[in-house]
Amino acid sequence: MPRLVSHPDEVKIVSSRFGKGAANIDRYVELGGYASARKCIEQGPDWIINEMKAANLRGRGGAGFSAGMKWSFVPKQSAKPKYVLVNGDESEPGTCKDHLIFLHDPHAVIEGTIIAGLAIGAKTGFIYLRGEYRYLLEIMEKAVADAYAKGFLGKNIFGSENEFQVITQTGAGAYEVGEESALMESLEGKRGVPRIKPPFPAVVGLYGGPTIINNAETIATVPHVIEMGAEAYAAVGTVRNGGTRLFGISGHVERPGVYELPMGYNLKKMVYEVAGGVRGGRKLKAVVPGGSSTPVLLPEEIDIGMDFDQVGKAGSMLGSGGVVVLDDQTCIVEFALRTISFYQHESCGWCIPCREGTDWIKKSLTRFHAGFGEAKDIDNIQYLAENMLGRTFCPLGDAAAMPTLAFVKKFRKEFEDHLNGKPCPFAKHVELAVI
Amino acid sequence: MSPETMTLFSPRLAARLDALVQKYPVKRSALIPMLLYAQDEVGYLSDAVISEVAERIGITELDVRNVATYYSMLRFKPAGKFNIQVCTNISCMLRGGYEVYERFQEELGIGHKGVTADGVFSLEEVECIGACCWAPAIQVNYDFHDELKPELVRGILDGYRFQAEGKAPHA
Repeated sequence: MPRLVSHPDEVKIVSSRFGKGAANIDRYVELGGYASARKCIEQGPDWIINEMKAANLRGRGGAGFSAGMKWSFVPKQSAKPKYVLVNGDESEPGTCKDHLIFLHDPHAVIEGTIIAGLAIGAKTGFIYLRGEYRYLLEIMEKAVADAYAKGFLGKNIFGSENEFQVITQTGAGAYEVGEESALMESLEGKRGVPRIKPPFPAVVGLYGGPTIINNAETIATVPHVIEMGAEAYAAVGTVRNGGTRLFGISGHVERPGVYELPMGYNLKKMVYEVAGGVRGGRKLKAVVPGGSSTPVLLPEEIDIGMDFDQVGKAGSMLGSGGVVVLDDQTCIVEFALRTISFYQHESCGWCIPCREGTDWIKKSLTRFHAGFGEAKDIDNIQYLAENMLGRTFCPLGDAAAMPTLAFVKKFRKEFEDHLNGKPCPFAKHVELAVI
Repeated sequence: MSPETMTLFSPRLAARLDALVQKYPVKRSALIPMLLYAQDEVGYLSDAVISEVAERIGITELDVRNVATYYSMLRFKPAGKFNIQVCTNISCMLRGGYEVYERFQEELGIGHKGVTADGVFSLEEVECIGACCWAPAIQVNYDFHDELKPELVRGILDGYRFQAEGKAPHA
């Protein structure tokens, strides 16, 4: 069972029911659950969307798009059925927050899905979990069955005129499927390759119907927004960045874990106070602020507020909120190689710049790390990465290129130190297994 | 699939798959879970499994293969009874994921995608399994083991060995 952590600076909203047995439906109701869904049935779709816009709840999957705005793009009238799709294909390295939501608070996901459905006029919601999360899928399936038994799902939810069905789905191993259009392809029983946009899913989505796709954390936050009121929720965070986030702090820290902190919380404080500082009293070398796809930050760059805008201004991204901390014994070349190896493995191969770019960068870095690099390779790695940016259907190409560029630019000297057959000063794993 | 049709699967799984094709607005959405559940029982996607899945969904075997080859959890050769998946991605790597992976290799005498001679274990180096804050982590089939150290590897293997021999349930 994943360990839960706690820190006095936490503001527990999404995690307020963690560790309280809320996977049990009666317990969830006792803790105030499903009251928000009932309220939304009374208030109607326009009110819900306005609340969501006012809450400044931005997408927790990584893109940070306003959930309320996204919902408002769905046409009111549609010949085809509309759908809500919850993205629980959590696979961004450094990210394990949805894991805890499914484990401790599955009904919050169901309730958020119902509310999203009411807002856009959908009668069906899908909750898609990555295939590795089988035990969590079983928890979700039990929760869905219990919600049906109580009449919270089905033909007349909560005794109203509204119908809402929830269908769970499992993946079978694919990072790319976390991209929204590939997710729809996968749910339709196909290879998880991305679709070109436009049309956007809000207009043409799952089975061709208007679809909203939200990250599991975003959806699990929705009932809390309704319960607290948009204004109170927004006030917890910073300007245009409402509420809290589940920050997963991993790597070389004393107390790794998932901490719920207000948007805009200082990253330096997060590393040194919340997570207890660098493990073993070592020096900090770098921080990856929002999952493996976000550009690395140097120690002098981490005195920033963790919201989408401030991290963006610092040249990186808030991403999925997965903070990965590296101490001074970490070889950046090896870290860059492990990162690109992941993207090379996970590239679906649909777009050539991503398929070829990730492969060649991996080859170059492997050679480099083994001590056979040449000076021109450093520029070549940069050239390859730059040529992937913005040239693919989905953001996986960017997700591979952006961190690579940051590693090379910010740690060029360390790359140079690997030149001319010099052994890597840090690493033990010179040859990485080919996955 | 009608009751009189021959099926490869146990009655329980067959019933589950019958229900699965009814679950979605479009039958084909049942394909990926069906492949995974069939693999859980049979051990891998044999030709016969692919053939029956194709028939249940109403698509060609080629179409099934085309989809199945995309997903990393689906396999076309038998794995061990207990498939050990060691994450070595960044968060696990920083906390000793490779050391754990190496210890499994030493203890089992197999490498990436290898299967032990007795068929009890197989080993895989895998990408992020969503346990970054409890790193290094592994999965044995679907079970997570968090916050590992190389010295814990033997005990984990012993637990599963007992289970394989039917001696005692894994603690």
